[in-house]
Amino acid sequence: MKEKKKGYISYAESRQIIKYNKQQIRYYEKLKKRKHIPESEYVVQMRDENNIVEFDDLHTFFFTDTGTVKAVDGVSFDIPAHSTVGIVGESGCGKSVTSLSLLRLVQAPQGQIVSGAIRYRMKDGSCYDISKVPQEMMERISGKEISMIFQEPMTSLNPVFTIGYQLDEVSLLHIEGATKETARQKSIEMLELVGIANAEGVYKSYPHELSGGMRQRVMIAMALCCQPNLIIADEPTTALDVTIQAQILDLLRGLKEKFDSSIMLITHDLGVIAEMADFVVVMYAGKVIEAGNVFEIFDHPSHPYTIGLLRSKPVINKKVDELYCIKGRVPSAVDLPDYCYFKDRCDRCTAACGGKYPEFVWLSPTHKVACHLYDGVKEEN
Amino acid sequence: MFKYIVKRILISIIIIFGVTFITYALFRMMPDNYVYSKFAAQSATNPNWQEQAARVEHLYGLDLNVFVGYFKWLGNAIKGDFGNSFIDGAVVTDKIKQSLPVSFIMSLIVSILQIAIAIPLGIKAAVNQYGPTDYITTVFTMLGISLPSFFFSGIIIKVFAVDLKWFDASLGLQSGNFQGNGWQLFWNQAWHLVLPIFVETVLSLGGLMRYTRTNMLEVLSADYIRTAKAKGVKKRNIVYKHAFKNTAIPLITMFSGILASLFCGSMIIEQIFGIQGIGFQSYTATTQGDIPFVMAYNTFIAVLTVLGIFLSDILYAIVDPRVKLGN
Repeated sequence: MKEKKKGYISYAESRQIIKYNKQQIRYYEKLKKRKHIPESEYVVQMRDENNIVEFDDLHTFFFTDTGTVKAVDGVSFDIPAHSTVGIVGESGCGKSVTSLSLLRLVQAPQGQIVSGAIRYRMKDGSCYDISKVPQEMMERISGKEISMIFQEPMTSLNPVFTIGYQLDEVSLLHIEGATKETARQKSIEMLELVGIANAEGVYKSYPHELSGGMRQRVMIAMALCCQPNLIIADEPTTALDVTIQAQILDLLRGLKEKFDSSIMLITHDLGVIAEMADFVVVMYAGKVIEAGNVFEIFDHPSHPYTIGLLRSKPVINKKVDELYCIKGRVPSAVDLPDYCYFKDRCDRCTAACGGKYPEFVWLSPTHKVACHLYDGVKEEN
Repeated sequence: MFKYIVKRILISIIIIFGVTFITYALFRMMPDNYVYSKFAAQSATNPNWQEQAARVEHLYGLDLNVFVGYFKWLGNAIKGDFGNSFIDGAVVTDKIKQSLPVSFIMSLIVSILQIAIAIPLGIKAAVNQYGPTDYITTVFTMLGISLPSFFFSGIIIKVFAVDLKWFDASLGLQSGNFQGNGWQLFWNQAWHLVLPIFVETVLSLGGLMRYTRTNMLEVLSADYIRTAKAKGVKKRNIVYKHAFKNTAIPLITMFSGILASLFCGSMIIEQIFGIQGIGFQSYTATTQGDIPFVMAYNTFIAVLTVLGIFLSDILYAIVDPRVKLGN
């Protein structure tokens, strides 16, 4: 018997993985490509009428050649109406995939929403399960009801169309009775709204003629064109310099108030979260490990990972020799252990940590944490 | 822009100069020449053939030094005089004019078919990556690329002309004993062109189709396509509007060669099907060392190639807003 090398897969295993992937992908693609999807499958009731989005045990997997990557593995949290929910976590913890699942933009065919529900309440009050709605309906929802601002403003605009064309497109697609002229007016109005001085000029220019900050403003204008219910901002300021970051965040916050929308803000910058968010969701290796409102998370961080994250943030007026960092790295999402994923990096491990993955413990009506350190608290409550 | 065009024209002139010189030098450096081989063939009956050969070589200018010979040719060529063919004494430019139309029509039809079939197929294959459409088109177009043209032509002639008798198996542009004119002649000739056009099209599909597929795949995974999806653009429009315009940019490079290929004919296929087009003529001229014809033909193709590249550069500036000419 040959010794199994770590990090390598044998030919037989590889064959098996490919066969399994093919079968899975075919199953999910077939499910999506059905001509007629009965309404009963995607019309749902919200658990709480105040919520605009409810993630319920969402699983989004990538069927890759090295194995199934569980990018989002049982994520549940809510986005209440008119609020900002921040999602934090280090790179590769599934923040972006969660947001992409909400717009069904996960790179198919490898990436599939495997199970769970994403309940969404439309502007007109009807509720749908985004993970199961037919494609035509999704085309009506995205851009109009939910819109997204991406991480890379430099590459997110189509280089061969003018800014005007790309902005007009949104109005022409989603606003009933829109003509070329009204779309143009709307686009210029939006460009002015996001603080672009020379709106007429920018309208006529191509993306390569604008700076990164300008492009991100254009992206925001595009996202807000139809006054969406929910704006997903996937690290909107990561690619920008600090002064522009502040401007963009101010702009987002102002426009959110103006249009009465909600924001799902994805970032790894805790400063941004502290400033913008009402609720915070901390993710680690595809799972939510702690969630609560912004005061609970920043004043009483409970999960050792959250504590570590907060400690690794530089603080003004505090002199330290070396900035704290969490040792080690996120475990590979291909074969995760069955105990707590953070155990190998945790400095507060107990005997219970070797056991099964911890369940959520409610520390307050809004604050929940998944860690064995709080096992006792559960019994008290 | 004006400055750019002038600069490009000057560079083009140098390129054409170089191409013609190299062609001429290579032909002159061949160990044998047209006159010598003609006379050597009569060596058994003609005892003083070498002396006569030398005289004729002098007449044809084949005894000159390569440089002197080239500039003599160039001097005449600039005046538009490309000389007479060694083989039949006909004026070379007339010969090209006579044989060009049939080759041009063939190449034009092939190019149109190639673009009309390969690009949509490439897009379809990319959109359904790893699906049945993708695999089937890939297999067939790869088959087209890999088959040698003489072999494929042979099979096609055997199947459709000899066995099935749908086409006339006798070579040439019209049936051997054909009498008639007007529409009858046209149909007869068109009938003879079907097989060579079919062969050429099948052989040329693969490259363009694969190229389109690769570019389309790259574009479809770009961030701006994701943006378009997030805007709620319909899938059809994403592919044919947002993605296609980006795919078209690298395809222009492919098209820069088309202008020349329209006029250069196909040496092997014209040879096999016995069509006396420009490819056939240049094949004969090349094998026999007919320097005036080869030089005229190559100059013509060189000019067209340079022009094609120039046009594609201008097209780039039109399609891609990021490209600015002249700076």
